[in-house]
Amino acid sequence: MIQFMQVSKVYSGGFQALQGVSFSISAGELVFFIGHSGAGKSTLLKLIAAIERPTSGAVRVGQLNTGTLKRSMVPYLRRSLGLIFQEQNILYDRAVLDNVLLPLQVMGMESKAATARAHAALDKVGLLRRGKANPVSLSGGEKQRMCIARAVVHRPSVLIADEPTANLDAAYAQEIMTVFRSFHQVGVTILIATHDLTLIENRSRVLQLYQGKLAQ
Amino acid sequence: MNRWLRQHWLAAVRAFEMLTSSPTSSLLSIVVIGIVLSFPAGILLTLDNLRAVAGQSLESQQLSVLLDTKAASDDIERINTNLEKIPIIAYFQFVSKEVALQQLQQEAELAEIMRNIEQNPLPDVFVVNLEKVTVDEIEMLRTAILSWPKIAHVLVDTDWARKLNAILDLGRIIAIMLATLFGAALVFAVFNMIRLQILTRGDEIKVSRLVGATDSYIRRPFLYFGAIQGLAGALLTWLILAAGIAQINRALFELARLYEATFRLDHFVWLDSLALLAIAVGLGWLGAYVSVTRYLLRSDSI
Ligand SMILES: Nc1ncnc2c1ncn2[C@@H]1O[C@H](COP(=O)(O)OP(=O)(O)OP(=O)(O)O)[C@@H](O)[C@H]1O
Ligand SMILES: [Mg+2]
Repeated sequence: MIQFMQVSKVYSGGFQALQGVSFSISAGELVFFIGHSGAGKSTLLKLIAAIERPTSGAVRVGQLNTGTLKRSMVPYLRRSLGLIFQEQNILYDRAVLDNVLLPLQVMGMESKAATARAHAALDKVGLLRRGKANPVSLSGGEKQRMCIARAVVHRPSVLIADEPTANLDAAYAQEIMTVFRSFHQVGVTILIATHDLTLIENRSRVLQLYQGKLAQ
Repeated sequence: MNRWLRQHWLAAVRAFEMLTSSPTSSLLSIVVIGIVLSFPAGILLTLDNLRAVAGQSLESQQLSVLLDTKAASDDIERINTNLEKIPIIAYFQFVSKEVALQQLQQEAELAEIMRNIEQNPLPDVFVVNLEKVTVDEIEMLRTAILSWPKIAHVLVDTDWARKLNAILDLGRIIAIMLATLFGAALVFAVFNMIRLQILTRGDEIKVSRLVGATDSYIRRPFLYFGAIQGLAGALLTWLILAAGIAQINRALFELARLYEATFRLDHFVWLDSLALLAIAVGLGWLGAYVSVTRYLLRSDSI
């Protein structure tokens, strides 16, 4: 499903964020990426979504090689992914529901069906009644849940979450993990980068990054 | 509604939202576009009207057909019959060189000179009066008559029309150059307007791209935005010209009455009006396209 082959990433400033990283994740897995701040977790996830491109090596997502993917194909890659990033990327000029609708709108889904889906996604994260609210009025945890709803509304096969519980207290964090687990149960592949080791249950697969290298 | 139509409909709606979200600046830019386009459009319109004058049928035009000095009486007879056959000639009159000389000798100032001339220098002349005809028809008739034997000259006063046409051709070149310049100004105006719109919508564009928006999806509402501004500007231009024409025609009406002539300016025919709108829409679209594409390429991936 997702495969890294000897992937290195050197940022334009010359900083080597990843070095010879190889691993492979099958469909339906739940994988945690851990490591110190600056270890390269975000970089790794960005390579999957073609937000960054690898300097060398190959990143495969399904049938696509995101390293060589044509610019015009990137949107279609992203439509198969659900992204939840550290920077929350919330649009405050529109209601919660409209934030969640965005992925469906860019795909050109008819608005009745799209609204029904968005409501279902909000329901899933317990925000059904806040649809008309402006995101400013949401608490930190609610914002995070809204972002999850937006990431899953188009039913992606892969969910990528970068520090989904950052700045949340333990109760909220567990709440969010519950949501992820429910998606995992229906077969969604889930990749979570986190500092918070308490999120990780026994038997979960964990990949640890240390200074840009995989330490297994 | 199919997907394609829906996407375009939504893009148009979003373009209108952009326009109405900052009504003052939208209105101002439309006014600027309208005024800017008025210059070349106004000049082209004036030229069109002048060209219509040049091509207008002229009443009571006269030709003087001067015969060769060697023309004999049977030549004169033949020319006479030929002239009778031409339908656009209302009537004509033969003035022999003797009669012409006599006439000149009766003119006070010339009498002295003429009386002392030994040989009559004047040619025989047919003075031809025409029906209502156009300049082109006169020119054709002139060449035709010139090709007959024993014709020395055909004098006709259509020089003014030829000069006017030459000036109009020059004016047209100038107008087209101006139109190009002002058209470029329109593109830049829209380009800049869209650039400002994009700056305030950077987050929206970034997030849209993250959730899988294609470049054309992001571009579309801005293209409508540019096209709508172009269209509104061109409509304003049309109205400005219409108002100008009404004003000028009122003045011309007085003038025309004094000269017992009918002369009034006309607005663009509908095809030209459509062309004006289409060009403005196209230029607005182009400005938007360049602006958004430049932004998308500069801020690659997100
Ligand atoms: N756009 C960039 N340009 C240059 N260097 C970058 C860029 N993005 C990240 N880096 C550097 O690459 C290294 C890895 O960054 P990354 O964001 O992947 O770390 P991380 O493991 O996610 O850290 P954190 O836990 O703090 O989020 C860092 O040292 C960072 O400074
Ligand atoms: Mg990070």
